[in-house]
Amino acid sequence: MQRIGVFVCWCGSNIAGTVDVKAVAEALKSEPGVVFSTEYQYMCSQAGQDLIKDAVKEHNLTGIVVCSCSPRMHEATFRKTAAAAGLNPYMVEIANIREQCSWVHKEMPLGTEKAIILGKAAVAKVNLNAPLTPGQSPVTKRALVIGGGIAGIQTALDIADAGFPVDIVEKKPTIGGKMAQLDKTFPTLDCAACILTPKMVDAAQNENIRIFSYSEVEAVKGFVGNFEVKIKKKARYVDETKCTGCGACIEKCPQKKVPNEFNLGMDNRRAIYIPFAQAVPKVATIDADYCNMLKNGKCGVCTKFCAAGAIDYKQKDEIIEEKYGAIVVATGFEPISMEKFDEFAYSQSKDVITSLEFERLTNAAGPTAGKLLRPSDGKHPHKIVFVQCVGSRCASCAEKGKEYCSKICCMYTAKHAMLTRDKYPDTDVTVFYIDVRTPGKNFDEFQRRAVEEYGVNYVKGMVGKVTPEGDKLIVRGSDLIANKQIKIDADLVVLAAAIEPDKTARPLATMLTASMDTNDFFTEAHPKLRPVESPTAGVFLSGTCQGPKDIPETVSQAGAAASKVIGLLQKDMLLGNPCVASSNQLMCNGCSSCERVCPYGAISYEDKEFPGPNRTVKVRRVATVNPAVCQGCGACTVACPSGAMDLNGFMNSQIMAEVDAICK
Amino acid sequence: MQMKEYKPLIVAFCCNWCSYAGADLAGNNRLNYPAEVKIIRVPCSCRVNPMFILRAFQRGADGVIICGCHPGDCHYTSGNYFTRRRMAALFSMLDFLGIEKERTRVEWVSAAEGAKFAATMNDFVEKVVSLGENKRLEDLRCKR
Amino acid sequence: MENKYLKDDIIRSSGVNPKKCMKCGKCTATCPSFDEMEYHPHQFVYMVESGDIEPLLESESLYKCLSCFACVDRCPRGVEPAKLVEAVKLSVIRQKNSNRLKADDVVKYLDEDIPQQAIVSAFRKYSK
Repeated sequence: MQRIGVFVCWCGSNIAGTVDVKAVAEALKSEPGVVFSTEYQYMCSQAGQDLIKDAVKEHNLTGIVVCSCSPRMHEATFRKTAAAAGLNPYMVEIANIREQCSWVHKEMPLGTEKAIILGKAAVAKVNLNAPLTPGQSPVTKRALVIGGGIAGIQTALDIADAGFPVDIVEKKPTIGGKMAQLDKTFPTLDCAACILTPKMVDAAQNENIRIFSYSEVEAVKGFVGNFEVKIKKKARYVDETKCTGCGACIEKCPQKKVPNEFNLGMDNRRAIYIPFAQAVPKVATIDADYCNMLKNGKCGVCTKFCAAGAIDYKQKDEIIEEKYGAIVVATGFEPISMEKFDEFAYSQSKDVITSLEFERLTNAAGPTAGKLLRPSDGKHPHKIVFVQCVGSRCASCAEKGKEYCSKICCMYTAKHAMLTRDKYPDTDVTVFYIDVRTPGKNFDEFQRRAVEEYGVNYVKGMVGKVTPEGDKLIVRGSDLIANKQIKIDADLVVLAAAIEPDKTARPLATMLTASMDTNDFFTEAHPKLRPVESPTAGVFLSGTCQGPKDIPETVSQAGAAASKVIGLLQKDMLLGNPCVASSNQLMCNGCSSCERVCPYGAISYEDKEFPGPNRTVKVRRVATVNPAVCQGCGACTVACPSGAMDLNGFMNSQIMAEVDAICK
Repeated sequence: MQMKEYKPLIVAFCCNWCSYAGADLAGNNRLNYPAEVKIIRVPCSCRVNPMFILRAFQRGADGVIICGCHPGDCHYTSGNYFTRRRMAALFSMLDFLGIEKERTRVEWVSAAEGAKFAATMNDFVEKVVSLGENKRLEDLRCKR
Repeated sequence: MENKYLKDDIIRSSGVNPKKCMKCGKCTATCPSFDEMEYHPHQFVYMVESGDIEPLLESESLYKCLSCFACVDRCPRGVEPAKLVEAVKLSVIRQKNSNRLKADDVVKYLDEDIPQQAIVSAFRKYSK
């Protein structure tokens, strides 16, 4: 039999205002197991906690019920108090008589009655509580960063700087991500490559960082501190250790008609390629879809010209297995497809382009060597129309657009418009906007400069239709301020396409058991207070995989994620949650129901000997739970047909007792 | 005979991560709902064994509501899907036991939906009140 | 009819929620009747939402809408302005209890090129 102490908190007048705390303490005195009951103004204060500690000693208490605020608020506090008094911390139960009683009910008798019932339920539960000890697990002191864009690079650099080894997994042949494709960056207009490529080189040269480029995460097992990850290193048919990146193979490759994805298909590359000059690692990759040698065995030119002997047509995908203590997701974004926006004629005309394509057109390393030329005829455009919010803030068209604001478009459109007017003052630039959203340091000033100093024509309204006519694009839009319909014969139309999370993020989230929102952005553990952690312990978020972000925000989030990872990796041991499932092997019939519902793969089976009748020994297949992997959801306890599976801290008998206490 | 005002007895199972936090938020925002609702905290809505619900009806509950995270948002990734299926199966059998289906409900309330929690409880209690007192489900194993 | 009721009535009969409008003006951008109209699709939405409905009732704009539904198709928020125009128009026709187009009037519009379908649809649009 337990010896339970009940402690009712006034919480000043928060509880005592609508609950007669003295009556509650008095009523709970006669409950089975209760040997002591009292109330105090602030239980969570030092004096209140001392009161609990003294009562534990004086009355030899084995269990504690605190009638106070939500357990989400102070359960941890009172568990520590219990531990300080020499009790097992899991012998504490909280009756939530503030958030779920005094604050939502107005009449004293009702509140008091409910508080007593809630207290009774907690007492009934504590009567069945058993001491629990959390398991310990060691921490693997290595971090994995998934995605090698600016978010991933910054996180990896910061973790490596603290002295922990980090691996970056990047699916493309080079790290750098979207930022490597950009020309200038707002609001300071420094060139993206100038600030990104040194970081890429730093990452490559840092002895704590390993880069797995052209690789993907294949499987993730384990839990915080102890992840086991399989990484697929895709065959690039070039030996990375031998290739010097000289480019001789690329010059000689006869397959010249491969759309260059780095320039978004606006020019061609060879079948063997290095995405761009500053690629890291600077190693050639053979595109198996286009290489004649790999497709039909006829060619082999690159082998002849490779002085280093790095070409290896027989290379196979390789699986690397590695253990990690923490995983950072930095999978980034893609602009959405414009194919379904028929009204903007993106599929009909080469001269309707997305902003990322515009970025390549103005980039000195791009297909036009930085000259702004129309993709269709290579002529200089004299009238350019920018359309904002294409696919963003689009609530009615879930099949083609996104409901959220993509956040970065207002600023990069202002940047594009400004740079165009700066370089080509003979060009008319019109921007159609719904709202201009420029919250950020020096952001609004930047946009105003585009208007006031560079003479960009901002029109409040939206483009309804773009029609190619001859070599012109007829743009029909509305000017809401003038209440007019306007028609512009433009040479080039630039669509500020919405951004969406990378397509690989969804399967990755499933592997990591990290949750996502309906837009496939990773959800954070708390939208305000824990913005870089996933609700899944040990998984952290960096950059646009969590929501639309510009570069400064991405970098600061990357640093924040790194500091969280460092905080985790510097621990030697992690305390687990003792509220895990366990199976009563005498009752288990080995049916596998529990194993099938377990989302963590925490349940396995073993053949065990049990005494049978007449001194025989019977071998039965029974379930065992790995307490380090179990997260304590309890799905298995309900699935178990024989009632063998139970959940520590939330046992069947405990919940039944609570039900009984409430329904008495 | 003395007429007593009918007060239903409602048991609410709330998952720790979303709905219980949603109930706390309702408290923080001082959103009233009937005191007849008594909340039991469970780690996940999938911890709710149909036996608990039957037990509650056995002991005189007039309504039982199970609240969990929205589909896709479960802290344990898939727990609430189990809940949805299990409860659909259980609810379809309640009629057979003589309990109106309306006395049970599964609702998704996120940690940010304090207002929804209060509104849901108000609505549910109103519904249960309109149904009146529940027949106590008899324990067939041991008649007392 | 009082203004408040009129607004509610129009919103109910059209099934349109003008609050969803984010005032981008895409509906007006390609409206083929723009030049004919005194009030344009985005103004219809705004004026109904703000209860400023009388001017709409009086306006010829009601009968200039072709019901081409370009605005409905383009609207990124699913507001469906054409349905709103239709609802305002119907409320006028019902209120006055008189059709915009009477059978007797048809004769003067007739010519050899007009397709019969146009007459039928005109009846649908301009009559109860």
